[in-house]
Amino acid sequence: MSKVWLVIKREYLSRVQKKSFLLATILTPLVFPAIMGLFLWIAVGESSSSALRIIEVVDDNNLFFLESSEQYAFSFSNTSLEDAKSMVQNGERFGFLYIPNLDLTRPVGITYYAEKNPSMGLISFLESNLKRRIEEQRLFESGIDPEVINAYRTKVAIQSITLDNKGDEKITDATVNYAIGFMAGIMIYIFIFIYGNQIMQGVIEEKSSRIIEILISSIRPFQLMMGKIIGIGAVGLTQFLIWVVLIGGISSVIIGYFGMQMPQQQIMDLANPEMSQMINGDNDIYKIIQTIQGIDFFQLTLTFVFYFLGGYLLYGAFFAAVGAAIDTPSEAQQFMLPITIPLLIGYMGLFVFVLNDPNSNVSFWLSIVPFTSPIAMMGRVSYGVPFWDLALSMGLLITGFLFSTWVAGKIYRIGILIHGTKVDYKTIWRWIKTN
Amino acid sequence: MAILEIEHLNKAYGPNKALSDVSLSIPEGGIFGLLGPNGAGKTTLIRIINQIIEADQGQVLFKGEKLHPKHISRIGYLPEERGLYKKMKVWDQLIYFARLKGMPAATAKEKVTYWLKKMDINSWKDKRIDDLSKGMAQKVQFISTIIHEPELLILDEPFSGFDPINAEIIKDEILELRDKGITLVLSTHRMESVELLCDQIAMIHKSYKILEGSLEDIKQQFRPNKYKVSLISSDDSLPLEFGAHLKNGVATFTLPLGQNSPNQLLLKMMSYGEVVSFQEILPSMEEIFIQQVKEYSNE
Repeated sequence: MSKVWLVIKREYLSRVQKKSFLLATILTPLVFPAIMGLFLWIAVGESSSSALRIIEVVDDNNLFFLESSEQYAFSFSNTSLEDAKSMVQNGERFGFLYIPNLDLTRPVGITYYAEKNPSMGLISFLESNLKRRIEEQRLFESGIDPEVINAYRTKVAIQSITLDNKGDEKITDATVNYAIGFMAGIMIYIFIFIYGNQIMQGVIEEKSSRIIEILISSIRPFQLMMGKIIGIGAVGLTQFLIWVVLIGGISSVIIGYFGMQMPQQQIMDLANPEMSQMINGDNDIYKIIQTIQGIDFFQLTLTFVFYFLGGYLLYGAFFAAVGAAIDTPSEAQQFMLPITIPLLIGYMGLFVFVLNDPNSNVSFWLSIVPFTSPIAMMGRVSYGVPFWDLALSMGLLITGFLFSTWVAGKIYRIGILIHGTKVDYKTIWRWIKTN
Repeated sequence: MAILEIEHLNKAYGPNKALSDVSLSIPEGGIFGLLGPNGAGKTTLIRIINQIIEADQGQVLFKGEKLHPKHISRIGYLPEERGLYKKMKVWDQLIYFARLKGMPAATAKEKVTYWLKKMDINSWKDKRIDDLSKGMAQKVQFISTIIHEPELLILDEPFSGFDPINAEIIKDEILELRDKGITLVLSTHRMESVELLCDQIAMIHKSYKILEGSLEDIKQQFRPNKYKVSLISSDDSLPLEFGAHLKNGVATFTLPLGQNSPNQLLLKMMSYGEVVSFQEILPSMEEIFIQQVKEYSNE
């Protein structure tokens, strides 16, 4: 056991002491918000600074008056089709909307001309604008006063509250849950790949430099493999913890800087859903804050760490086995499929099924099966998961990595001593069967 | 008493036999030479002794006990293919290997300091391996195999990769270790170092042990019963079949003993002239090696 400890220590220190580790650990939490900030800044700058885009409208019905927005203005004229088109070609107009004589019950033939392919945003903006005008016109034709129509237009916002069996109520906002599940799932996916690859590289280094023979004459292969996996896992955990601390620190500084901190009393009020409902029932920002307050971050972090470690151990063993079976990193490709496919299924499943409907059957199974659960379960956790689902999933994950390390140990044990022989799946299967 | 008793080892990789019923006894103390051409099964045997792989059949006894992981700290191993962590510092690396062999931290530090000074590389201890020359890295590798003071040291081609000066240093270290009572097993193709260093040898060929014994005994066993004679004589007084080589009035030639005893042969020679030297020809290990490999390859 003390030998495994020595291996863990070496693997851990040799990585943590590297300058590249320090840089990646400190810069990542700074770089990501910086990049996102940059995009936001550019996007905001673009929409506010760019000149108003003028769209020429030729309406054969003389019926449509479209309201200009911040970005687009409409110019109405009776110019001919050809003239309007040439205005677009000359760059005098951003675009040209042609509305032919319409049968309002079946409005077809509306065309938009522009130099550049229009964005989805513009098209849907035009469509909804026209749709509203047509509806209003038809209601008006059937004798309803536009004033009445406007008076009946209502805005609806649903507030969702989860009830648990103790009768506690929590305000939730699906957007926040979605974001948390999304981030956590992706982080586990990326962590498994990055640190799994490090395991593989480490095994290849020991194998190709023949250190392995000296090591194996001092320590059993399985101990060596586990030491390496655990040591590198500890590096990942260290990195994660530093990130949590840094991101926590940075965001509290930012929030403090922008003066978004609310008076203590207000937060207290918000914590009580009924009170806050009375104060500010339909305010989006308060809803988000309430949701975030409703999430048990301690539990979330614990589950994250568990699934991170479980998933890492499960796949880490396979990465070690692949490293043992090959001589150079370039040969890794042929054996990566059994690792990549289940990870990708977990990743795709997270987006297609779990985040959209965390309680569906597919989501359940994705979050139970050990190969996909580390990623898929993260998508469910922020929404709240029944205890037995979580227990079953965790139990199976533990069984899963015990099994995977057992299988990988068998491949590793033989593979690390084989040089220059072509290894295929058949060979590996023979190694697994050997005692 | 034998430090290693190897009994009826068999090992096959798929259809290929690597060891076929190999039994050996390696006596305690002295240097044991393990000879054989490439692919004979030497490395397999060494790996089994180092518990890197397991034999299909047979067993190895270390000082009378069946080989067990607890013996690891008492055996040192220098593999033919050398390897060190390239990015790790000399000092850290040596400490790591010493600790892996079960040495307590304090002793490990003491020993690493001692050996770095002895091998004259103390000033390099904070350098990474990839900053060292090949010879220097080899020294570090050598230290790493003996750092835990093993009772049995297995060296696979210990001189490869060393320049003549460093090879001499390693040779002296090997002799010094032997004088301290450590048993050394030397696996090599270099017959001159076998002749120089080994007391006992065994030869493996095509997975079979084909030869075992002391260097003296084996040389005796393979002596061609020929004598080299030098005598002062004129060339034309000698029978032509002697194939004598004349230089400065001294004729030198080699004769088989035939039915004679050495004394009878000497007497006969005296009749041809003044005998200057009369010496039995003993085969070199190289000749025995090549002869044996050829003989068994033809079977």
